Amino acid sequence: MARIGVFVCHCGTNIAGVVDVTRVAKYAETLPGVRISVDYKYMCSDPGQNTIIDAVKKYNLDRIVVAACSPRMHEGTFRKTIERAGLNPYLMEMANIREHVSWVHSDDKELATQKAMKVMEMAVAKVRRSEALSKMFASIEKRALVIGGGIAGIQAALDIAGAGYKVVLVEKEPSIGGRMAQLDKTFPTLDCSACILTPKMVAVSQDPNITLMTYAEVVEVCGYVGQFDVKIKQKAKSVNSKCIGCGVCVTKCPNRKSLSEFNEKLAPRKAIYTPFPQAVPNVPVIDRETCTFFKTGKCKICEKVCPTGAIEYTQQDEIIKEKFGAVVVATGFNIYDHSNYGEYGYGEIKDVISSLQFERLINSSGPTDGHVVRPSDHKEVKNVVFIQCVGSRDESKHRPYCSRVCCMYTAKQAMLLKDHYPETQSYVFYIDIRSAGKNYEEFVQKAQNDYGVVYLRGRVSKIYERGDKLIVKGADTLSGAQVEVEADMVVLANGLEPKANAKELAQLFHMSYDQYGFYNELHPKLAPVETAISGVFVAGCCISPKDIPDTVAQASATAAKVCALFSKEKLEVEPLIANVNQLTCSGCETCYNVCPYSAIEMEDKEVRRGDMRHVAKVLESVCKGCGACVGSCYCKAVDLKGFSDRQVMNQIETATTELSTND
Amino acid sequence: MLKVAYFPGCSLSSTAKEYDVATRLVCEDLEIDLVEIPEWTCCGATTAHITSELTAAALPAKSLIWAEKHNMPITSPCSACFSRLKMAHLNMEKDPNLKKEVEEVTGETYNGKAEVLHLTRVMLEKYGLENIKAKIKKQLKGLKIACYYGCLMTRPAEVCENDRVENPMIMDNLVSALGAEPIKWYYKTECCGAAFSLTKTEIVRKLSGDILKEAKTCGADLVMVACPLCHSNLDARQPEISKLLKTDLNMPILYFTQVMGLALGYDYMDLMMNKHFIDPKPLLKSKGIL
Repeated sequence: MARIGVFVCHCGTNIAGVVDVTRVAKYAETLPGVRISVDYKYMCSDPGQNTIIDAVKKYNLDRIVVAACSPRMHEGTFRKTIERAGLNPYLMEMANIREHVSWVHSDDKELATQKAMKVMEMAVAKVRRSEALSKMFASIEKRALVIGGGIAGIQAALDIAGAGYKVVLVEKEPSIGGRMAQLDKTFPTLDCSACILTPKMVAVSQDPNITLMTYAEVVEVCGYVGQFDVKIKQKAKSVNSKCIGCGVCVTKCPNRKSLSEFNEKLAPRKAIYTPFPQAVPNVPVIDRETCTFFKTGKCKICEKVCPTGAIEYTQQDEIIKEKFGAVVVATGFNIYDHSNYGEYGYGEIKDVISSLQFERLINSSGPTDGHVVRPSDHKEVKNVVFIQCVGSRDESKHRPYCSRVCCMYTAKQAMLLKDHYPETQSYVFYIDIRSAGKNYEEFVQKAQNDYGVVYLRGRVSKIYERGDKLIVKGADTLSGAQVEVEADMVVLANGLEPKANAKELAQLFHMSYDQYGFYNELHPKLAPVETAISGVFVAGCCISPKDIPDTVAQASATAAKVCALFSKEKLEVEPLIANVNQLTCSGCETCYNVCPYSAIEMEDKEVRRGDMRHVAKVLESVCKGCGACVGSCYCKAVDLKGFSDRQVMNQIETATTELSTND
Repeated sequence: MLKVAYFPGCSLSSTAKEYDVATRLVCEDLEIDLVEIPEWTCCGATTAHITSELTAAALPAKSLIWAEKHNMPITSPCSACFSRLKMAHLNMEKDPNLKKEVEEVTGETYNGKAEVLHLTRVMLEKYGLENIKAKIKKQLKGLKIACYYGCLMTRPAEVCENDRVENPMIMDNLVSALGAEPIKWYYKTECCGAAFSLTKTEIVRKLSGDILKEAKTCGADLVMVACPLCHSNLDARQPEISKLLKTDLNMPILYFTQVMGLALGYDYMDLMMNKHFIDPKPLLKSKGIL
């Protein structure tokens, strides 16, 4: 007969405020096999845990049920507790009477108490059939993959490499640098974005621990924490390693048909190009979609002028297979496409520009050498209207969330404009000013008080061209008046959204994402850079819109997580995996076909003497314990450790019986 | 031959008679069979829908049911009638209880199958711009036209299924097809003041004045409309607006079927242009169209 101890937690008033915990504990005592049952204010606290340890010793318990919160919260805690008491950690079950009971049934305390009793009774039923499981270990490939070469990826790569581990940094574009490289100055200190970023970009290229792969994309992922098998597509750059970055090919290329992505389509770019002068690596690529040679077979000017013979038209896309122990995903953001806003001209009015276009215009290395001129006629501007919340906080555009950075960068842009052109006047239409952050509110105040930026609280209903002016009509909800501003240029504060292919990348890793494509953290507060896939970490704007300091902090946090993982000799993995009884296996291969992790292997084996058969086998280090094989097996030959049929059936039977009335 | 259930509405038998006449002439030429719904009733605008949901749905329902029974798309040249017909259809679709009540008071069943289209869409989409082009007898060269859509042709967007709410193009495309030049302007969907014409005329003078001024500034020779109320505000009120603005706007306002009529070779009196307050004759003569 099992010797079970039941420990009922009050969780302060979280549980005890709704559930009669004393009754739950009393009821437990009536259940077969239960030797001791107690309730306590905080079971997870030190004295709480000691209560369990003492009881194990005093009553010689061999199984434990903790009726408290979700196992996601404290299963690990209590497993360690009973391990300290000398028991196998898998002989503990949690009954979730908080998330599943008290939090959702606060309107009916009596029924909540009865449900808590039943949930606890089910855990007792399950633990009675629990078996001791032994820990499993897996090896760790101590190399990290960082996806995305923006500031988040750069920071993560540098930190991991700094700790002595190898890193491969994969970037889709021809250069690292990301969005931050496009910015002019950064708020609230107004230091030059490139000046603080380029040293880090150079550090990446010089770090012996970092392998940089630009113009490359991750295309396939297999495996699991410690052992990810990743296929990376290195797109053909058409320029080989002999390149010295002299740039003659770019200068001489006659093809200017493309628009520069880096300059937000405000300027043309050549068919062979580096995105910007400080690019890392400083090696151009040929855009085969537009290159004259690739389209017509004629030209080859770049090859002729190259002093080192680095142009290689025959290069092919290459698939490179690598093994990694951990992955940092830092794919960043796109800005909201304002052509969805009819009231702002469907993106067809040339002088209604995006915030990133403004950054390029005011940047001294931008397409206009820092002159803020209208894209339509290259005239200088006098009156500029800034409109906030374009694709943010707008239900009608299915973007209800706040993009967090727009209030700040709008204030910054208005200030920079005034600095460059003291005779200009800026107007900002806003909904609310959200300037939470160190020195942020002061920064916005400064824009209003010292720079004379006119802030109008209200939305713009219409922008249209009249002559060479833009008429901006809107509401000033503070004065209750309709306002009309005659502007030379309108700058929209485009909100942030995930990269267009964020969902596809998430699917490669089986990561979850929200309705917009932002990646879900494991826990929004307590595990903000982990994902539900162990060994895969996330940082920066691919999770949610955030500013540079927060992004860098998250990037370093992922590095800390990766380093902690790599600091272990072996990786402890949960033994809650599938197991095939080869004696009853019919070799039908159903489990082999349903397994999403390729953790089932078919083998021909002598299962008994003289009984040679085709049977399934679980690859223990690959199995994730999802149970798909268990459900699919026709002959009940597969079982899941920790969730065996016997355990689960016991639970179900208990669930379907009445509470014993003598409680 | 395209057969369409025709709901002229009250304006087209009175203040906008010329719209009705032009529409019928043009449709005859295009071989669109306009079948006037026998005993059509008031669409309910504006009185019904601000007072009773049931009346607002039941009044147009009679016509919807007739069109459904005869398996024809139903159209109205009046934006308000169109809006009420479509709104009644959508509201009954959304609310089965409303539909039941409507069926009780009308004594007939509605299966929700009527296809409600504004007249512009019947001509440009059902009939087709290319087919119209083939029928043109006279290119309206040199005529700069401001297409004015007003509110009910484009809003609410989910009712009108319009291409682009903030900058509709359907009439502009027609104007181009007729050989005239649609001017680029941004007051296409501004409010003309609508029924305030009767109760607070100063609002209409202000709003319609803004529209006319903008059309003038943007170089329009005339404003083309597809709604009797827009027409009445922009045309009949124009003399007082001109007085208020201390300028002679002299901006002819024509219905889109009148403009089409010109391209199909009809003359001034055929299209009853003499009914307008602002006479388009001098303009059309100067452009060699009359």
